[in-house]
Amino acid sequence: MSDTQAHSVAYVRDTMLPQQPAPAGQSGAVQWLRENLFSGWLNTLLTLLGVALIYTLVMHFLPWFLHGVWDANSIKECRTIITDRYGEGATGACWAVIRERWHQFIFGFYPPELYWRPILTFLLLFVAVGPLLFTWVPRVLAWFTPVYPFLAVWLLWGGSGWTPLMIFAGFVLGAAILLVLSPRLGSIMAFSIGAFVAILYFLFVVGPLIDGLQAILPWGLESVDSAKFGGFLLAITLGVGGIMMSLPLGIVLALGRQSDMPLVKGFSVVFIEFIRGVPLITLLFVASLLLNYFLPPGTNFDIILRVMILVTFFAAAYIAEVIRGGLAALPRGQYEAADALGLDYWKAQRLIILPQALKISIPGIVSTFIGMFKDTTLVVFVGLFDPLKGIPDFIRADFNWKGIYWEPFIFVGAIFFILNFAMSRYSMSLERRLQRDNH
Amino acid sequence: MTSAPDAPEQGFRLSQLIYDTRYRSLTIQAIVFILVMGGAAWLVDNVIQNLNDLGKDFNFSFLGQRAGYDIGNAIIPYNNDMSHGRALLVGLINTLWVSFLGCVAATIIGIFVGVLRLSKNWLVARLMTVYVEVFRNIPVLLWILVAIALLTDVAPSPNAYKVNQQTGEAQASMLLDSVAFTNRYTAIPSVHFDRSLGSLDTALAPISLNFLALVIVLIASIWVNKRMLTHAAKVQESTGVRPTMWWKSALVLIAPVVILAIALGINPEEPQIKGFNFTGGTNVSNSFVALWLGLSLYTAAFIAEIVRAGILAISKGQTEAAFALGLRANRTMSLVILPQALRVIIPPLISQYLNLTKNSSLAIAVGYLELRGTLGGITLNQTGRELEAITLMMLIYLAISLSISGVMNVYNNRVKLKER
Repeated sequence: MSDTQAHSVAYVRDTMLPQQPAPAGQSGAVQWLRENLFSGWLNTLLTLLGVALIYTLVMHFLPWFLHGVWDANSIKECRTIITDRYGEGATGACWAVIRERWHQFIFGFYPPELYWRPILTFLLLFVAVGPLLFTWVPRVLAWFTPVYPFLAVWLLWGGSGWTPLMIFAGFVLGAAILLVLSPRLGSIMAFSIGAFVAILYFLFVVGPLIDGLQAILPWGLESVDSAKFGGFLLAITLGVGGIMMSLPLGIVLALGRQSDMPLVKGFSVVFIEFIRGVPLITLLFVASLLLNYFLPPGTNFDIILRVMILVTFFAAAYIAEVIRGGLAALPRGQYEAADALGLDYWKAQRLIILPQALKISIPGIVSTFIGMFKDTTLVVFVGLFDPLKGIPDFIRADFNWKGIYWEPFIFVGAIFFILNFAMSRYSMSLERRLQRDNH
Repeated sequence: MTSAPDAPEQGFRLSQLIYDTRYRSLTIQAIVFILVMGGAAWLVDNVIQNLNDLGKDFNFSFLGQRAGYDIGNAIIPYNNDMSHGRALLVGLINTLWVSFLGCVAATIIGIFVGVLRLSKNWLVARLMTVYVEVFRNIPVLLWILVAIALLTDVAPSPNAYKVNQQTGEAQASMLLDSVAFTNRYTAIPSVHFDRSLGSLDTALAPISLNFLALVIVLIASIWVNKRMLTHAAKVQESTGVRPTMWWKSALVLIAPVVILAIALGINPEEPQIKGFNFTGGTNVSNSFVALWLGLSLYTAAFIAEIVRAGILAISKGQTEAAFALGLRANRTMSLVILPQALRVIIPPLISQYLNLTKNSSLAIAVGYLELRGTLGGITLNQTGRELEAITLMMLIYLAISLSISGVMNVYNNRVKLKER
């Protein structure tokens, strides 16, 4: 066919023409502008409005930022320097307050010579959660994860080195009993006996044991009072501690809510809905005002611990709902397959259901954590020094820094933004990764 | 024919309680029940003992006592001679009011931002992304504090709005000539009726009959409109032709209310500076404005994401299918896209409303007296009844939350996909 064609036409081109660049209006920056900014009258209008908005904001705030003063000892000095440099009526940021007080924003009133302890705790946090969050971290590090909470508490609050060791020993004792007895007695009996022995140990043995060991071989770190905690140290301690403690409780509550047993389900639902139905602030008031009513007379313990307990309850209720979503998202076949293999309830949960459900829930857990971390600022209302209001109010109480509002807001807001933004990006990347896994 | 051998007859053994799945759940439930009840009993016992030690009792009679403090933002009539119970009620209404206005504003801003974030306009989409990320990742407390600092520190005093006699101009000018932000309050226009029908005195608050009449007329118009639409649907079913309804609907919905409002002599009253203060309009306290702004802007960022996700969740095939069926663009939107998108949007939206309502307790940061400020704040401090006040406050918040989620459940069941 092509033969006849070739004979009937006088000239057939047998080489390709070199490619031509697209017309000027159809390529490059011009085309991009036309498509993305000026594709219609509405878009053009929106673009112009956007440009106007950015222009106003920049014109308003840029001079203030540029006139910033880092080297001053009071807000008055700042203002004099700005007036001297930029003339009467000029405004500028007084970053000097950040330079002078940054340690209070970060560490609160923690003794400066001991700053290495919170810093070390913070760095070790990444070693502890690394194996859980990133696949490229060596799995060997996972043994460190269960040790970390005890180590962190000891590093932050100090005190006798025997305390965390012996408390950890109690958990090891319970776990050992569970492991030894479970082949002979079955997991339920073994768990009950292990838990019982561990509780007895905590109630009656651990206190005298620590005192005795401390008397024989004293070692430890200088102890730091809870009242010295503040700023981001407090926020991160409460946030991380709350999430860590609330994870097990949240898993139990989620399983309870999915349970076939009406009583267990009922209690779980009541707990979850009650906690989720009230503002965190009321729970914090419970921690600061009411907890003393609910405990035996004469009990009085640390405000941070009290707040942490209530924050844990609060986070647990939310995490339970996140994990319940994960459990519900698992195909029914997974449960049936576990049953078909003859696994009992706990084995099925541990080996088949929870690993998958938790994996699906990690993004939700991360966003719960972001929410919790933001909510830790509310502890200012029970008298703790959070970085957002507690510390700035304290700094403003100093006559030198009276009336300084925007610089602390910007500094603290920026740190919150960076931390939370990083976490939310992580959770999004995780979501994408998990999505690929499932398909 | 074979028959299965009977299971060996055995008496009930105690170990069956643990090892037999028929009884195990009963055992576990019994143990859980005993543990929970034991724990509760322990707590209650501690409370009784602690109350005894302190010489206190547990009763709510303090709600009947004289409150003795003023509430600057009371919506229903209140003075400091009234009871703590009345103060509680004022606080509760303030909570609901700021939450309601916050939800409305957050929804409007959120829808705008969510839709604009999907816009093809690069600049606008980026700007909206920045807005969402900045507001979502910073605690709401900061936004409330920023708002109050803006209002008290940066806004001019009411005096600045006064026209200077010599120069003939004022230092500050009002927004759209009707809203003035000052460092003490925000002056906004109010609605005024020339002819009043009087007011109805109820135990809660006097209700303006003008307002009541407008509401009744509006409800009646909506009902009539609904009847007309049902009728139109009937006509369409029997004849195949739908009568033109839009102008009739508009007439029925708008005309009666407008006519009544004009008959009552409605006119906006704009705030005027007189002496050192604004009179005429309504002066809204800055604490309220700051709380409302902070909550709305923060929640709007979350709502924007929900709206965006809802729109993205509807596949393009739905639009194409609707076009293939010959539906016009607006009908595609109202009949195909929106009903499906709303099913995705509404549940998380309502849970954001819930969050906003709970976050309104942050009023403590700006000193706006809502439920936490009255019952959980001044009343608690004056009467020293922490246990009663906090319990009652939690129960009220719980009741609000549960009723909102109840509404959500009803909605979810109504729009649930009907599957096999």
